[in-house]
Amino acid sequence: MATFRLVVRRLLSSTPLLFLVSALTFVLVSLVPGDPARTIVGQHATVEQYETVRRQLGLDEPLPVQYWHWLVRVFHGDLGTSLFSGEPVTSVLNNRLPVSLSLITAGTIVSGVLGVLLGLLSARRGGLLVKAVDVLALVGLAVPAFWFALVLIAVGAVRLRWFPVTGYVPLADDPVEWGRSLVLPVLSLSLSAVAIIAKQTRDSVLDTFGRDFIRVMQANGFSRRSILYRHVLRNAALPLVTVLGVVLVSLLAAAVFVETVFAMPGLGSLTQQATVQHDIPVIQGAVLYITILVVLVNLLVDLAYSRLDPRVRAA
Amino acid sequence: MKQPTTPSAPRSRNRRPLIRRVLVRPAGALSLGWLVLLTVATLAAPLLTTHGPLDQDLGHVLSGPTADHLLGTDNLGRDLLSRLLFGGRSTLLAVGEALAVFLALGVTLGLASGFLGGWVDWLTVRTADLLFALPGIIIVLVVLSVFPGNLHAAMITFGVLGSPGIIRILRSQTLGIREELYVAAAKVAGLTRQQILRRHILPRLISTVIVQAALFAAIVVTIQAGLGFLGLGAQPPDPTWGGLVADASQALDRAPWMLVPSGIPLVLTVLALGSLGDAVRDAATEGWSVSRMTAPTDAPRTVRDDRRPAGTVTTNSTRSGTSALLSVRNLSIDIGGVPVVQEVSFDIAPGETVGVVGESGCGKSVTSLGILGLVPGGGRVAQGQVLFDGTDLVASPAARTQVRGTGIAYVSQEPMVALDPMFTVGRQLGEAVRRHERCDRREARSRVTELLDMVNIPDPAAVAGRHPHQLSGGMAQRVAIALALAGRPKLLIADEPTTALDVTVQAEILTLLRNLQADTGMAVLIVTHDWGVVADLCHRAVVMYAGQVVEAADVEEMFARPLHPYTAGLLAANPHRAREGEPLPTIPGTVPAPRDWPSGCRFAARCELADDRCAEPVTLTEPAPDRLSRCVRSQQLLAEGTS
Ligand code: SF4
Repeated sequence: MATFRLVVRRLLSSTPLLFLVSALTFVLVSLVPGDPARTIVGQHATVEQYETVRRQLGLDEPLPVQYWHWLVRVFHGDLGTSLFSGEPVTSVLNNRLPVSLSLITAGTIVSGVLGVLLGLLSARRGGLLVKAVDVLALVGLAVPAFWFALVLIAVGAVRLRWFPVTGYVPLADDPVEWGRSLVLPVLSLSLSAVAIIAKQTRDSVLDTFGRDFIRVMQANGFSRRSILYRHVLRNAALPLVTVLGVVLVSLLAAAVFVETVFAMPGLGSLTQQATVQHDIPVIQGAVLYITILVVLVNLLVDLAYSRLDPRVRAA
Repeated sequence: MKQPTTPSAPRSRNRRPLIRRVLVRPAGALSLGWLVLLTVATLAAPLLTTHGPLDQDLGHVLSGPTADHLLGTDNLGRDLLSRLLFGGRSTLLAVGEALAVFLALGVTLGLASGFLGGWVDWLTVRTADLLFALPGIIIVLVVLSVFPGNLHAAMITFGVLGSPGIIRILRSQTLGIREELYVAAAKVAGLTRQQILRRHILPRLISTVIVQAALFAAIVVTIQAGLGFLGLGAQPPDPTWGGLVADASQALDRAPWMLVPSGIPLVLTVLALGSLGDAVRDAATEGWSVSRMTAPTDAPRTVRDDRRPAGTVTTNSTRSGTSALLSVRNLSIDIGGVPVVQEVSFDIAPGETVGVVGESGCGKSVTSLGILGLVPGGGRVAQGQVLFDGTDLVASPAARTQVRGTGIAYVSQEPMVALDPMFTVGRQLGEAVRRHERCDRREARSRVTELLDMVNIPDPAAVAGRHPHQLSGGMAQRVAIALALAGRPKLLIADEPTTALDVTVQAEILTLLRNLQADTGMAVLIVTHDWGVVADLCHRAVVMYAGQVVEAADVEEMFARPLHPYTAGLLAANPHRAREGEPLPTIPGTVPAPRDWPSGCRFAARCELADDRCAEPVTLTEPAPDRLSRCVRSQQLLAEGTS
């Protein structure tokens, strides 16, 4: 029940984000140079013909009204049709969503597991590993995903031929090939995420080790193992969850590049193509989808947080 | 993310300027060097290159580095070095544009939000939070689809989207500074808002602004290259860094070398900006509180050697001798190489309660933790012995681990942070019980109830199900005591167990401790600065000053006739003895920090009785049976007391 209320509250509080982003997109789009009605009727149409088309397109109405109409259509699942392919935008987006979701889910799992392991090792061993994680954190953030992806392709696909150069095989077609086609994209996507998570894990574990209750436990003879794996980890997980949320959102952004490099038909590469082609309805739809994903990620983070932290749970 | 802490006091005047402090760090100097070199080379590109960025040399396409083409050529035989340098110009411009917007918005709104508060703050914070959640690149793509190829629009947008980060940080720092006393004082002194901002707030924020600008510039470089790579920046054949990577991607199979000149400078630049940010942050925070603890180790050490007391009075002169349960002998503790506790010795007999008294900063807590081998702040026991039941805990880490909880237990000062906030009281106590006595869950549960009963918790079952944040301070301290009792210890170390509590609760906890001691017969070492606690609970008291024991005696004798001016001063300042209408006498001055300890008597600067002899190291003597004092006048004080 408390969880349900939390979900509702979070969803309500994230609606402003959805409206802000869609309104922003809408205003930007209204700035597009050129007049769609003129484009449709052509240069030689009469004033009446031009006015009719304008009215049909709703362009004679003030911007807020136009936005309202757009919103109403969106609520009915109508995002318009692609200027480029003529397909309904919703079906274009729905076809592409699973690709991005596979990539991002796999990227989150890989970077979460690797990052936490590295961070823990560095916190426990200290010495050289501390330095190593620091260097990784710097380099991981400095190497752009798209360039790293090319390096991976040059080595792993062109030279060693272990993985396909580009392309994406749907899971339903061939699970093995699906996995193989994901390896390089996931690795390129994860580099910076691993770096951030490893550093955050290390820092918050060390931070937790310095807290009073850990000293009290040590002084009263709790076992080292329980202190580390039960108490320190559980407390260090809280800031980590927040960071994980930020990382997930940044993966959404990085997916634009990675999907383009690997020619994966996902939301990210779609946004890139639509930008190049000035396919406004598709852009609007893609931004909406991505914003919804961001909202969902934040919701998940909050839920995880409330699961983990009894102080939030009770509130 | 951790934010750099705001300095709590104005900087001391003798600090070197920030830029010097950044340059003495290898990472700072290297990063700045690379960035300056690159900027100059980019601006002077026409002078440095023999080939134009668009000159094709079809006889040498996709070549590696040669004398003519230092970084090789692309698929049209264009010189990569030249394209790199000319391409750097658009990067520079993009960084400039985005950074200008980022700083203008970020600094203004961050300052306004933190300084003005009210609805400005509310609106700024809300908007910043909303924008912060967005992946900026997506919005930039929308802008580019509306304004095709307009990188200026893209970079300005990106500057706006990036600003929430710096707004949040500057806001919280401004808030912090604004609350500080001297700004409040400045307000009283009649400075205008602008003056306060300019003189007191802005100077303190500069390093933060530089750090944030460097980190943001790093992101902009990546994003600008990314846009170029996606074909959304300057159009071919104009060179951009991202475009170079895109060209390389077309020739991966034939000329993988191209990845190197197209990518490495990019990576190095982002790396340089990132580590420049780190270097500025480190340089700006150096010399704040931390550096005290990590001061150079040699100076105090050498001094310490000449002022080492000529062997403290033999420890067995303190009461119980060999029958002691705990015998601390010549214990010295260093933190960060600085001695903070020196040659401390005292004994505790079974069932005895000993108070360690002194102002804060005298090493009481460190001593009590040192007994358990848990010196905070990366400190260590430098020398001495801690004999517990005859075993030296300093020499044997295994014995020390063994003794924790079962032999010696520990209760800390702040009950609200002494328990793991993630677990219920029952889980934590249960874990302690099962650790100390091999028993099954059911037995453990009944033992938990028994423990909670022992510390007078009314409804043990209900409390066991609660989390620490659901307990009051007094309740939490009772639970913390129950946790310490789980291993049936022979000695309980309680570090200021009542300081953080309300007065009425203090009395309850003291009564509880006294009753527990009577019931279980355990010994108690209680660290306190409150003579009431000493009078109430203790058989004997050890007074510490500046890391040393200065007096030790039975409580009654000490109260009746202190043999050290510090003890006398503390007793006189005891609020429990205050007479109505008379001001409470205090000891003027403060406890010197470990690095400022004089070689003579450490109390001399505050002592009314100080004379020439006090400039020499003073040893601990035994002016009367079972009484120790570290004062040249202890005999005199003894005589005066009796007369
Ligand atoms: S030794 Fe001298 S300065 Fe120190 S307490 Fe005694 S009289 Fe005072």
